[in-house]
Amino acid sequence: MSEHAAQIDRHYTTTGIDSRKLGFWVLIGSESLFFGSLIATYMVYRGQSTVGPFPHGPDGLLDIPLTSVSTFVLLMSSLAMVLALHAVQVSNRRGALIWLLATALLGAGFLGFQAYEFTHFWHEGLTLDRNLFGASFFILTGFHGAHVAVGVVWLLILMTEAWRHRLPASRALSVEIAGLYWHFVDVVWIVIFTLIYLIE
Amino acid sequence: MATIEASVPSGAHASSHPKTGLWSWITTVDHKRVGILYGATALFFLLVGGLEALLMRIQLSKPENDFLSPDLYNQLFTMHGTTMVFLVGMPMAVAFFNYIVPLQIGARDVAFPRLNALSYWVFLFGGLFMNASFLFGAAPNNGWFGYAPLTGTAYSPGLNMDFWGLGLQILGVASIMGGVNFITTIINMRAPGMTYFRMPVFTHLALVTSFLIVTALPVLAVALFYLTFDRFWGTQFYVTAAGGNPYLWQHLFWIFGHPEVYILILPAFGIISDVIPTFSRKPLFGYALIVFSGILIGFIGWGVWAHHMFSTGLGPIADAFFSVSTFIIAIPTGVKIFNWLATMWGGSIRFEVPMLFAAGTIAMFLMGGVTGILLGSPPVDLQVGDTYFVVAHFHYVLFGGLVLGIFSGFYYWWPKFFGYKLGHGLGLLNFWLFIIGMNMTFMPMHFVGLLGMPRRVFTYPAELNLATYNLVETVGGFITALAVLVFLLNVLRSRGGERAGPNPWGGFSLEWATTSPPAEYNFSAIPIVRSREPLWDAEEGILAVTTGEPPEPIHLPNPSFWPLLTAACITATFALFMTNLWWPPLVGFALTLLMAINWAFEPTGH
Amino acid sequence: MARCAGRSLGALSIGLSALVAACGADRHPQTTLDPASDIARDIAGLQAMIFWWILGVLVVVTAVLVYVLFRFRHRPGAPPPRRIHGNNTLEILWTLGPAVIVALILVPTVRTIFRSYQEAPEGAVRVEAIGHQWWWEFRYPDLGVVTANQIHVPVGRPVHLSLSSADVLHNFWAPRLAGKRYTYPRLPGPGGERKNFNVLLFTVEEPGAYSGQCAEFCGTSHAHMRFRVVAMGERAFDDWVADMGGGGPPAAEEDPGGIEPEDDGASATAQDTVARIPSDARVEQGRALFAARPCVACHAVQGVSQGALGPSLTRFGDRWSIGAGALANTQENLEAWIEDPGAIKPEAKMPGTRVAGGGMPPTNLTDEEVAAIAAYLLSLK
Repeated sequence: MSEHAAQIDRHYTTTGIDSRKLGFWVLIGSESLFFGSLIATYMVYRGQSTVGPFPHGPDGLLDIPLTSVSTFVLLMSSLAMVLALHAVQVSNRRGALIWLLATALLGAGFLGFQAYEFTHFWHEGLTLDRNLFGASFFILTGFHGAHVAVGVVWLLILMTEAWRHRLPASRALSVEIAGLYWHFVDVVWIVIFTLIYLIE
Repeated sequence: MATIEASVPSGAHASSHPKTGLWSWITTVDHKRVGILYGATALFFLLVGGLEALLMRIQLSKPENDFLSPDLYNQLFTMHGTTMVFLVGMPMAVAFFNYIVPLQIGARDVAFPRLNALSYWVFLFGGLFMNASFLFGAAPNNGWFGYAPLTGTAYSPGLNMDFWGLGLQILGVASIMGGVNFITTIINMRAPGMTYFRMPVFTHLALVTSFLIVTALPVLAVALFYLTFDRFWGTQFYVTAAGGNPYLWQHLFWIFGHPEVYILILPAFGIISDVIPTFSRKPLFGYALIVFSGILIGFIGWGVWAHHMFSTGLGPIADAFFSVSTFIIAIPTGVKIFNWLATMWGGSIRFEVPMLFAAGTIAMFLMGGVTGILLGSPPVDLQVGDTYFVVAHFHYVLFGGLVLGIFSGFYYWWPKFFGYKLGHGLGLLNFWLFIIGMNMTFMPMHFVGLLGMPRRVFTYPAELNLATYNLVETVGGFITALAVLVFLLNVLRSRGGERAGPNPWGGFSLEWATTSPPAEYNFSAIPIVRSREPLWDAEEGILAVTTGEPPEPIHLPNPSFWPLLTAACITATFALFMTNLWWPPLVGFALTLLMAINWAFEPTGH
Repeated sequence: MARCAGRSLGALSIGLSALVAACGADRHPQTTLDPASDIARDIAGLQAMIFWWILGVLVVVTAVLVYVLFRFRHRPGAPPPRRIHGNNTLEILWTLGPAVIVALILVPTVRTIFRSYQEAPEGAVRVEAIGHQWWWEFRYPDLGVVTANQIHVPVGRPVHLSLSSADVLHNFWAPRLAGKRYTYPRLPGPGGERKNFNVLLFTVEEPGAYSGQCAEFCGTSHAHMRFRVVAMGERAFDDWVADMGGGGPPAAEEDPGGIEPEDDGASATAQDTVARIPSDARVEQGRALFAARPCVACHAVQGVSQGALGPSLTRFGDRWSIGAGALANTQENLEAWIEDPGAIKPEAKMPGTRVAGGGMPPTNLTDEEVAAIAAYLLSLK
């Protein structure tokens, strides 16, 4: 072996960061632009609808107290996610099961709130094809909801893995990446909640 | 687990799975094979897009011609643009990224080999889906820029723009996955000692390009989702009667569209930044400046989009702002050209075919660059924007810059891909036919535009007196097509030619530090990189490490059919929108998720 | 060497002047190189200035490239080149070089940008240009005139064109007069219609007919969406306005896509001037047919009909073409057009005699009737 050969094993990476994690960060960057464009569109079309229902005002549809609760639920799920990752890292299978389930349930709860909100709006006459508010609102929150739904499925799969004793501390990275995704989806919601619900 | 035992001679390629046959290509996750698939497919689409161009040129060869119906002409120019950008320009660059980048950084594969294969299959299916529209006689017909509200169902009720919106969406998925993969690969898979400032410029610009891809394509995805929902589910994002604003599409499209221009041109810059030093026998002059100007172009490329909208009436402040940013981006671009010239200055230039193409790229891109300055001035744009002058400008950039650069890459890396060089004589013929053909085609377009012919017209009146120019352009178009045929002939004639050694051109970067073509594992052992031109500094020492028998077992990812199946499901998810029902796309999406889950649990060899 | 360079420069300038001569408007009616208005002249000046800069850059850099390729070509037996990695001073210099050039181009550019957005002065002729698939509607809100595909303006007086669209995006481009700007559809908003129309402002210098066309792809027959700007002296313009039935008080607030409402009091006199009774019997027959047939549902003729969906046909005999540039305006062509517009201009929204079109059934006119209507329309001068 000459002085030019490197001794590297198959887990070698240049930065020392696992490639899956790095790749996921890049994907999150890409997703940021996706949601950024959706949110920007909502902002541009704010107040441009020619017919009601409108989001704010006396007959405004947006229910801020209710959505504050669902936002709180989603935030709590992030906390549960942190605890789940910790549990996996310290090989606490029971903790991992509990907190993964909790995260998934809180996420599902958020989706329940969203389902309620959507049907309520639907009955109030706000449909996809009603006006610009309906279109930009449903597409934005719908895509966010779809992300949450994918996250819930992902968490449930991880939970099954933990249940089948296949989630040792050495695989904590799988949970960490799911966590990255989950926190990202959460942060996006904070922005949506602030810009769409709180600002009139 | 696929393992190549050290005792097996590397030339024998023995391992646990077959190396030939259709199945081996369908399930391959080898970056080199995926690269060849990308390149072959893009070359096929180049012929398709070129044929479309020739048909248009026949129609325009004389005034008031009736060779094509207006609608067919509109389909052809739309598909020509869409094909050349999304099915030729981007995938051709990705083909080179795939094959060359891992070799240049001293890696055995990309970071996510299966994701890489998935990108390819999604790209292939997206391209086929888009072109399947011809079978329905309903190819997209609103231009590759698809300005709303023309694309809405009110004005385009047919299937045409459904194919377009959904097809681009599929292709965007492929591009984003590819971008994520290459960013991760370049950041994380570099050999020990391969610092950022030792990376070949091609790899550097692949990194910049990939960042542009992952950030620009999502914006297009959003714009396309709005279009798709407008067309299928009655939303009114672009329906003016409901207050939908056509500017929304224009801004979203060009916020994607201008970075896209750099996505197309930066890889070609990268190729010639590798070719020129090799054939000048001199290191790249001002490496740092070239790299930083590439990064700067990537950044400023995000702030110039509205120069595509100077005649949309954005107001004097916006026009001035975007004019300034556009002029500023000319500076790093100019710097690159000066540095290439300085690289050649004092060198010992060998006129091999890749070098000719590189020099041609500089000369022709320069032409496109300077007319870009003219177009960057908003008042001038009020005259020449949306005319054939613009067509001339961007063909000098994209044909002169991108296509010539790509062909430089073909001739340069062909021995690495297949183990033999392409013929010199036919290569020269290929080059000169290209230069003559493209200048005959695109040079007169400058005048045609200045003399009042707008773009995207299926005919023009005789009174404009532009028949001669147009006829010359048509003849030039056929000469250009002939050049492509000469290239194909060269490929056929050169098959099985003299075996090339690891480094037939005397290149400096690591892709030349392995056999031609490389073994599946690329390098017997990973070399330690100690300089920017490792092969010029220590060729013997490095080759001793990287070729020959692997000193220890090498783990390679298993072949997998999940990429193909997942790609089919992703394509189906979008294609099923055409049913006009809400649940089939959801079924497609659920199937995609299912595939992804199966994929995650497949043993990979990693 | 120097002499050679001088000779080629001379040849270049001769070539260029020949080129400029060949680009005159008599040969190329839509040229940008032969401006005929104030703003077009400003733009052409800026264009020429930038052209010389970029030509200089092109020639110098190409010359260096060619020189380098020849001077430093590989020679057998030559020593290997020195491996220079860069030179900071040089690199700073050639970063500054382009920066200086673009700065020099930028100053007049910004000045011209602001000029291209100037406000309309007092006394400007106000015209609304409305793009339709695939024809142009021109309305003079102050003069009560509506016309199509041919716009008349006085020489020497600023013309203020406000651009909008009835359907998709179009782009009004009159190369010798005004450059181009997009036309956008009017957008309804919660507080009523939002009007942020694009504007072109220009003063024509010489009388004449100036050619232009839609420059943004707008659908199947985009190539046949052309127009003429006819510039005339003030008096001739006033006559034209009177002939068109205008000159009265401003028409009522326009109604999108419609023609101006009949203004009973004022246009009674106008009607007399416009609907001059033609003597020819065939023309008279055509006039009766036109008024009795579905034509009037879409087409306005001042004093005769008020159709609003298609182009106004008032003084159609004066028009330079049929179908916004599809055909020359002759009796024969007009008959062919009325028989089957879609064959001449695909997807034109007008039915033929035997074919439906634009959602309307065939007109079922006989050849004789077609000829009469054509004769009538051509008599409207």
